[in-house]
Amino acid sequence: MTHLELQGSLSATGYVADESLSMALHLALALGRPLLIEGPAGVGKTEIAKALAEMQSIELIRLQCYEGLDASHAIYEWNYQRQLLSIRAENTSEEELFSEKYLLKRPLLHAISRDKAPVLLIDEIDRADEEFEAYLLEILSDFQITIPELGTIHAKTRPIVILTANGTRDLSDALRRRCLYVYVDYPDRDSELAILRKRVPHVEDRLARQIVGTVQAIRREDLDKTPGIAEMLDWAAALSGLGVNDLTEDRATLQATLVCLLKTAADRGALPPEVLDRILGKVA
Amino acid sequence: MVVTHFPSRAAGVADRMSGFIAHLRLNGLKLGPGETGEALTALTQVSATDVQEVRLALKTLLVPDADTWSTFDALFDAYWFNAGKTRSGTASTHVRTQSARPTLWQPHLNGAGADTEGQNETTPSHGDGDAEGVDGRLIATRSANLRKRDLRELMDEETLREAEAAARRLAQAIRDRRSRRRKRSQRGALLDLRRIQRTSLARGGELLDLHYRKRPDRSMRIVAIADVSGSMTVYSRVFLAFIKGLIDTDTSADAYLFHTRLMRITPALRDHDTLRAAGRLSLMAEGFGGGTDIGGCLANFVKNHAAKAVNNRTVVLVLSDGYCTGTPEALADSLSKIRRKARRVVWLNPLLGWKDYAPVNAGITAALPHIDAHLPANTLDALAALEPQFAKL
Repeated sequence: MTHLELQGSLSATGYVADESLSMALHLALALGRPLLIEGPAGVGKTEIAKALAEMQSIELIRLQCYEGLDASHAIYEWNYQRQLLSIRAENTSEEELFSEKYLLKRPLLHAISRDKAPVLLIDEIDRADEEFEAYLLEILSDFQITIPELGTIHAKTRPIVILTANGTRDLSDALRRRCLYVYVDYPDRDSELAILRKRVPHVEDRLARQIVGTVQAIRREDLDKTPGIAEMLDWAAALSGLGVNDLTEDRATLQATLVCLLKTAADRGALPPEVLDRILGKVA
Repeated sequence: MVVTHFPSRAAGVADRMSGFIAHLRLNGLKLGPGETGEALTALTQVSATDVQEVRLALKTLLVPDADTWSTFDALFDAYWFNAGKTRSGTASTHVRTQSARPTLWQPHLNGAGADTEGQNETTPSHGDGDAEGVDGRLIATRSANLRKRDLRELMDEETLREAEAAARRLAQAIRDRRSRRRKRSQRGALLDLRRIQRTSLARGGELLDLHYRKRPDRSMRIVAIADVSGSMTVYSRVFLAFIKGLIDTDTSADAYLFHTRLMRITPALRDHDTLRAAGRLSLMAEGFGGGTDIGGCLANFVKNHAAKAVNNRTVVLVLSDGYCTGTPEALADSLSKIRRKARRVVWLNPLLGWKDYAPVNAGITAALPHIDAHLPANTLDALAALEPQFAKL
């Protein structure tokens, strides 16, 4: 499969990937390397993993990172309560106590012990602590996990690993070196239009152009939270749900639907009706 | 300008690829021989004669971060099409080590290594009145003779050392915080029942070994943003020594300088080679002693650095007198953004300790609603007295 074919199959699942992203995915699949995706919030970094899983019809295992995430939440933990109960009730032997029956598999262990290779999405890796990054390095390079009581568990199949980050903290060089890298930016007008047509197909052509043009213009404004693609799609769904056919017609409805795009009070303040009129004037 | 020509003996793809990797390495990417092999493997996965495909494949494979992502295409063209690309110089810092104004930092960064010429420049001449507010009197110092002396006379080695020491104490005071969550530890207030039961299995179910949980230390980070513009010239060296103290004590601390532009100086201050550190700082301080654009610089900080440098466990220190050529609105806007992200924003103002000083200039009035504390920083004592203030924050 070339990267263009990959782009095509992704498009069939409803994900419009640009050339560099599809090439990155193609290489990640071909070389079996993890892929690190960086970019601003709301450009579809997480979505790509879902699209990939859907395209290959395989399972998606997601690990959402947060500050304080540790091995017992990400890799494995023993089911202590169950172990204790079985000691009291059945006088279980030690070998049996430390068997897979009493092992709670967390996402990472889960991902390497599947019969069919899943997509492993490690979301917002930059939120996790540096110690966790070190655990991850071992798993990403060898695809094996050592459990002292049980021995080393080797991956049955290698999961397709996708990591996303949006710059909360610097990632270590070691992690970056293990991964392929792609930077996803906000899409240009044509790609965004293609995404909109794909995801909300019943939007009329003229309205779709107006929506994309307006969102692209709003992104150039100085905002706290720049609206991403998800916001744009929400807005389009809201507008078509309300039966709006032309953005320039009904200003009151338009102002009301802006809640889909602007998520802070300061941003609402930064986009008063006059500014919106100016933007719409250019778009229409 | 490093323009690459293929060596005439370069035989095949492998040779040229290793040349390309060397070319990238020369331009600052950290790549090893492993990457050369990976790059060649990647070529087998795409149509190796299509320039665009090869470009994208190598970009994905070799680029480590967002900065390089945007410059890779130029580097690619430079090598494969001999388009030429100026090498972004990391080596050139050495050349300028002795130039311009390295003297400002030399006494404490260079130690005994400072040359005599540097020393002469370092000692400021008296009475040239190149900075605002120098003639005022200092109050609130314990020592009577300090009160009468011009601050510029205080810039000796000992003062700088004291400033560093004050910063160390301050950093320690800020760092010592506790988390709310509990984690396992050797000693602690709470028993870790889960772990006790787990280890009791080895003792036949008897609870012999005790384990504890406690709240681990959650240190606060310090981000210092220092004004080194003209009006702050007399304080700059003490402040820099102060910042160096902070950086030395706390490995997570971050420091920035601004005058008309904002620069991150943490890597330079952490440089083990003091000569190189002085050189790097001097390069950054170009335009030192000029005007101030606090609002613009803080906006730059918010846009480019705040996401990484500031979180809800960060204390942001702004060291400035608030005299600003930019608009006060921009300053207020940026400060409010910083305050939303940071735990505390503290403004250290050297003018605040002066007799009859009232914070009435446009910059500082705009800033006041957006800061948690506005503290004096005109004397060493004032710097030292910050410690209890910070313990309370």
